[in-house]
Amino acid sequence: MIPLSWIFFLSLSLFTIGIFGVLARRNLLFILISLELMLNAVVLLFIAGSRYHPTSIANSDGQIMYILILTLAASEIAIGLSLVIHMYRQHHHLDIDKLNQLRD
Amino acid sequence: MTYYASLLSLIPLLPLFSALILLFSKPNKLTTALLAVGSISGAACISLFLNFVFWQQTDFVLTSNLGNWIKIAQLHINFSLYLDALSLVMITIITGVGALIHLYSIGFMYQDKDFKRYFTYLNLFVSAMLFLVLADNLLLLYLGWEGVGLCSYLLIGFWYQDRDNNLAANKAFLMTRIGDTAMALGLFLLFIELGTLNIQDLQVQALSVWSSSNNNMANLCCLLLLGGALGKSAQFPLQNWLPDAMAGPTPVSALIHAATMVTAGIYLIARNSQLFQMAPDVMYLIAFIGTITLLLGASAAMVQSDLKRILAYSTISQLGYMFLALGVGAGASAVFHLMTHAFFKALLFLSAGALIYSLHHEHNIFKMGGLLKKLPIVATSFAIGCAALASLPFTSGFFSKELILEQLIDSGHTNFWWAAVLGAFITAFYSARLFFVVFLGDSKQSPDKQPEKIMSLVLLLLCFFSLFGGIQPSGIQTLMPKLNASGLTTLQHWLPIVLPFIAISLAWWMFKTNLFGKTITVPALQYFHQLLKSGWAFDRIYQVIFVSPFKFLCQLNKSDIIDLHYRALEKISKLLHKKFSQFQNGKLRCYNASLIIFCVLAFAWFIKGALMS
Amino acid sequence: MIDNLFLISAAVILISALLTITAHNVVHALLYLVVTMLAVSMVFFLLGASFAAALQIIVYAGAIMVLFIFVTMMLHQGEKSLAQERHLFHFSTSIGAFILTLILFCELIFILFFMPLDIDNALTHTYHSEFISVKQIGKQLYGPYSLLVVISAMMLLSALITAIHISKSAHILPKTTKNQEAKL
Repeated sequence: MIPLSWIFFLSLSLFTIGIFGVLARRNLLFILISLELMLNAVVLLFIAGSRYHPTSIANSDGQIMYILILTLAASEIAIGLSLVIHMYRQHHHLDIDKLNQLRD
Repeated sequence: MTYYASLLSLIPLLPLFSALILLFSKPNKLTTALLAVGSISGAACISLFLNFVFWQQTDFVLTSNLGNWIKIAQLHINFSLYLDALSLVMITIITGVGALIHLYSIGFMYQDKDFKRYFTYLNLFVSAMLFLVLADNLLLLYLGWEGVGLCSYLLIGFWYQDRDNNLAANKAFLMTRIGDTAMALGLFLLFIELGTLNIQDLQVQALSVWSSSNNNMANLCCLLLLGGALGKSAQFPLQNWLPDAMAGPTPVSALIHAATMVTAGIYLIARNSQLFQMAPDVMYLIAFIGTITLLLGASAAMVQSDLKRILAYSTISQLGYMFLALGVGAGASAVFHLMTHAFFKALLFLSAGALIYSLHHEHNIFKMGGLLKKLPIVATSFAIGCAALASLPFTSGFFSKELILEQLIDSGHTNFWWAAVLGAFITAFYSARLFFVVFLGDSKQSPDKQPEKIMSLVLLLLCFFSLFGGIQPSGIQTLMPKLNASGLTTLQHWLPIVLPFIAISLAWWMFKTNLFGKTITVPALQYFHQLLKSGWAFDRIYQVIFVSPFKFLCQLNKSDIIDLHYRALEKISKLLHKKFSQFQNGKLRCYNASLIIFCVLAFAWFIKGALMS
Repeated sequence: MIDNLFLISAAVILISALLTITAHNVVHALLYLVVTMLAVSMVFFLLGASFAAALQIIVYAGAIMVLFIFVTMMLHQGEKSLAQERHLFHFSTSIGAFILTLILFCELIFILFFMPLDIDNALTHTYHSEFISVKQIGKQLYGPYSLLVVISAMMLLSALITAIHISKSAHILPKTTKNQEAKL
């Protein structure tokens, strides 16, 4: 029997690590990886929340949401990686700090 | 009556249309001259006809409405013309003298390359002047007032390639602007006080609203109107633009700066005589200013060497006479003197123009001399003009000036009478000096050409008017309340008649002993001579009192002290703009960071709110 | 027993996640990420969500990670890119980000554990059945949540089209982009 607060703590930590990754890294690939971590933290909360829900009908809802988030992650990664390839072909690096042409 | 009314509206419109046509087309010189002179002559014929119609009547009024101008709440201003005895005299002078001067200008300006421009301005001037005197409300009068000011500016600076002419034009414009501003304020105040700008209604309203005489508000209104009149008529504090205004072509000086425009101030006061009757203090001030001006102008005219400047100072002095007459309540004689002055001063200016034309633009009278035989027509007309100016008996100037002097006695202002007589003495002296120096004595320069025939014709016509222009239309007499005749003493009757002859004899003696052309050696006299020559040094006084302090203030305020605040505002917003625009740096990580910061702050706010409750 | 297993897997998740975001080599980071995914799936399993745990291993650790690794290898980053990455990321340069996320973390912890929220009422501290079958999920998916399936399908399709479009236009663009670079 896992206490709910432990799962909360785990999820929060994972999410914050993801945010730190997004903020600190300049490589586009690492930002995508950090996004994956954040998504996982959210998924964890969903599943835990549904499992601890008092009504039994809602117990499977968390996994359904997980499926939705999984498809979302898959699409996001597909598009993100194609952008990475595109960027690398054009600039020969993945440093997002140098992508500031939209500024003006 | 409608037939007359439409004729009346034609008078100012004819020159206006002619000016517009000249402005927007390129006719040759003959067409230009025909159009310009034709339109003015038409107007002159109409006004002569109206004179003929109303000759016997004293109490006639003719109005004509040309259209609506402004209609806001209480303010109803129409382009309405109003003709009574006073404006009839004025339009007769303006169109009559105007037509003659137009005719003369054909000869005088024929060689000028800007022939068309000249006539455009001149026609526009006549039209504006006619609107001024025919206006039935003060706003339309003000439109004409500014119109003549504009034309005066344009014509003084007609030969604009010369810097001095431009400066003279600027000076005239700015000096009159001071008066015009006062007048505009006066119009606002009158409208607030009396609720109308119609001149006739104003007189009636003034009587009922300001029931007691010498009301402060009445004094203030009249004072402001007087300010406008002083500027336009070159009276005492604002007189020094007129001598410089002689930079324009001579016919312009004759028309604008002697016969018509400068008399607008006299017209304004005569027109609003009932209003001014409500302010006796202002009336006294008018008389006082007139006296100062007439002495000041006459004394300055004694020592000038420039032909046209003598005439300009003489004009100032004669206008002083008219102001004096207005101030003592003798408006009719002021207008009468205005009329005769228009004739003989136009004659003098035009003869001077003919002289200048013949002598190849020579202005200095000491370089002329002995021209009596070489230019007989000019000499004759000049002599007649000078005689009228000096008010020798049986010339037109004699009648009008005598009338003014008589009215001064009648109204009981004996001290003003003495000043006016002294002025008359000086006037006679300088007119004689002018004539002697230019036409008698040794010949110094021979004319290279005779004046054009058309010019001589005009001179002869004006000679006629100057001699016999003393016949007064009966309408004028009713303009002003009659003064009680108190009778003159023998001295008062004969002194003004005899004095000019004494003055002329004196001038003759000084001319014979060759005192005029001599350089003065006594230092005190030399200083006085210089002072007079500069017109009592008013230019320098104004320079010290107004221009220099103003320049000093400008110097102080070089960095725009008041604007500093606004510039600081601009700088701060620029700084903030720079700071804030740094946030939009195109860096994804910065955008992310600001998002997270916002989240942090929002959570902090949430926690704080939860803890407080 | 379950608690101990959870604690171990949680520790694995956090450590490998930290290593993931601090690694310099992309391939290393991806391997740490795979470890994280596997540990997460372990947690799912402990929570009785066996279907989610299986999907986590198959789709995340399998498909998505393979995608990542393919891309990384396509970009043939070697020693050169490693040096580049060391230049790009260093902990001392990201101290601001660290503090910011630390504050956020503290705030979230505070909100979740030290403030009276409705979570206690909404959730029980026990779960009813140990195991949720795939059949249950399938019934839900093709019953009340059928719209969600459609949405997922649409999303995947659009992602597919977008990915194809972007990687195709990459072949067309280079010349113009080179010009743009020269300009800049």
